[in-house]
Amino acid sequence: MLINSITNTNRKFRPKDFVLKFLIYFCAAVTTALLAAIFIYILIKGIPSINWKFLSTEPSNLKQTVGILPAIINTLYIVVLTLIIAVPVGIGSAIFLSEYAKKGKLVRLIEFTTATLSGIPSIVYGLFGAIFFGTILHLGYSLLTGALTLTIIVLPIIIRTTQEAIKTVPQIYREGALGMGATKWYMIRTIILPSAVPGIITSVILSIGRMVGESAALIFTAGVGAELPKNIFTHMMHSGATLTVQMYDYASRGVNYGQVYAIAVVLMIIVLGINTLTKYISSKMKKG
Amino acid sequence: MPGKMKKSAFSIIGTSKTKSLVERTMKIVFFVCGSVAVLAVGAISVYMIISGAPIFSKVGFREFLFSPVWDPNAGKFGILNIILTSLIGTFLAVLIGVPIGVLTAVFLAELAPKPLYRIVRPAVELLAGIPSVIYGFLGLIVLVPVIADIELAVFKNSATHQFTGGASLLAAVIVLAIMILPTVINVSESSLRAVPAEYRDASFGVGATHIQTIFKVLIPTAKSGILTSIVLGIGRAIGEAMAIILVAGNVANFPLPFNSVKFLTTGIVSDMNYASGVHREALFGMGLVLFVFVMVVNIILNLLLKNGGERVDK
Repeated sequence: MLINSITNTNRKFRPKDFVLKFLIYFCAAVTTALLAAIFIYILIKGIPSINWKFLSTEPSNLKQTVGILPAIINTLYIVVLTLIIAVPVGIGSAIFLSEYAKKGKLVRLIEFTTATLSGIPSIVYGLFGAIFFGTILHLGYSLLTGALTLTIIVLPIIIRTTQEAIKTVPQIYREGALGMGATKWYMIRTIILPSAVPGIITSVILSIGRMVGESAALIFTAGVGAELPKNIFTHMMHSGATLTVQMYDYASRGVNYGQVYAIAVVLMIIVLGINTLTKYISSKMKKG
Repeated sequence: MPGKMKKSAFSIIGTSKTKSLVERTMKIVFFVCGSVAVLAVGAISVYMIISGAPIFSKVGFREFLFSPVWDPNAGKFGILNIILTSLIGTFLAVLIGVPIGVLTAVFLAELAPKPLYRIVRPAVELLAGIPSVIYGFLGLIVLVPVIADIELAVFKNSATHQFTGGASLLAAVIVLAIMILPTVINVSESSLRAVPAEYRDASFGVGATHIQTIFKVLIPTAKSGILTSIVLGIGRAIGEAMAIILVAGNVANFPLPFNSVKFLTTGIVSDMNYASGVHREALFGMGLVLFVFVMVVNIILNLLLKNGGERVDK
């Protein structure tokens, strides 16, 4: 069939080829134009609302300010809190999968559940976090509830990226270390973990990107509080809106559109930064 | 061989009690870390069922799933229209998004000259990184007014149409189609790149043009990867909430393009703030229905991946 259609072809102009080629270029152009339009539109609308006061005050009717400082702090807070919980667990899980577990049912089960976790939508995580951490564990609407929920969300990212990094350690290094009498844990500490560091860093950056963009999982877990923290430790038990949640809160109530655009600008800059950083690291890893 | 070496290594350290204690502790620690993912999926499944099940017995299985009347104030909890909206909305988004995504992937894998590749590739990556709230807000500000104009023109002489002001299924579908683009593009591109060079060479060798090679050799060969990208796109679209909540209109109508509609996801988010009692249970019931859909998509995905290649997404 293939041969037939080709033998009939001469190298003259083929209208069908032309149309298909045009369609391909057109679709690529649509994709790129979409992104450019989104970026330019948000920058034009948002930049006029950004100033120091906006970035450094809290929303207050009394003082007539609508700043986003609490949202910025909450975002940082929840990101750090989540990483503190998720990174050790994720690395531990990756090490278990690649160093301890024998290939078999258990590994397949863990890998299947990890893949499943990355396919569950944020809103389901939000519901689960609200019932399990919020109601059953009595953590209520708090940054801790949000962070625990986010931990499950970013866990697959950390496990998979770390596992990939560990895979690149040559088997002979392990055997060498063990052969010289090192214990397994000593071998993991001195051989496996150091070589997994670039992968771990990449996974942390990817996780930050996911957390910063997250909103559906946080509305019913971390809530929509917008106060500045009074104490860095007790703040974890307070409700707090991240940038995205704050943005949704304003947008859905139809208030403070100027602020909404401005938060969008801040978010876009973070996304841009994260993408550049990941690219930089992966290009360095390829060279090294 | 390695097994033997390990044994001898352990026999050396076997003399030290503390060392073997640390060893055993660490083994347990890693095992616990390893089982967190399993526990999480287990806990999520259990609690989604526990909290989602009561509405089925209270309202009745058939009434809840197959009645189109959703009116919490009157005690009517039928989510048929909401389920249909999620299914049809996802289907239409995939219908629009997949061709654009696959053709963009073809562009990136086959046709793009280097300078253009360096523009389009990062654009796709950024598109993937934009938070869904931003898509939703832009949809509300830019897309909804345009659709309102079209709606006015289309239904100018209709006496029965309820005007939505643009917040409609159509708006939500367009936003969803844009949101699944990066997923479809990334997975399709890598599967197109995975086609062995010999296939391409052979096709060129018998005189096929580049476009013929793409559509008759490359795409059919990369079929399973492209199918995977479609399933991933479906999974992403059916679970998306924040991007469409501001543009869907949030009324439980039958999903026609110019109707205001309620998705499973948006219904949960918009009502959860104030819902209590049976209404709240109904929302968890919707969560359970969504969860079942997602698990079905996941299982299909798993079967696809088993038959061909690695999971390349994310």
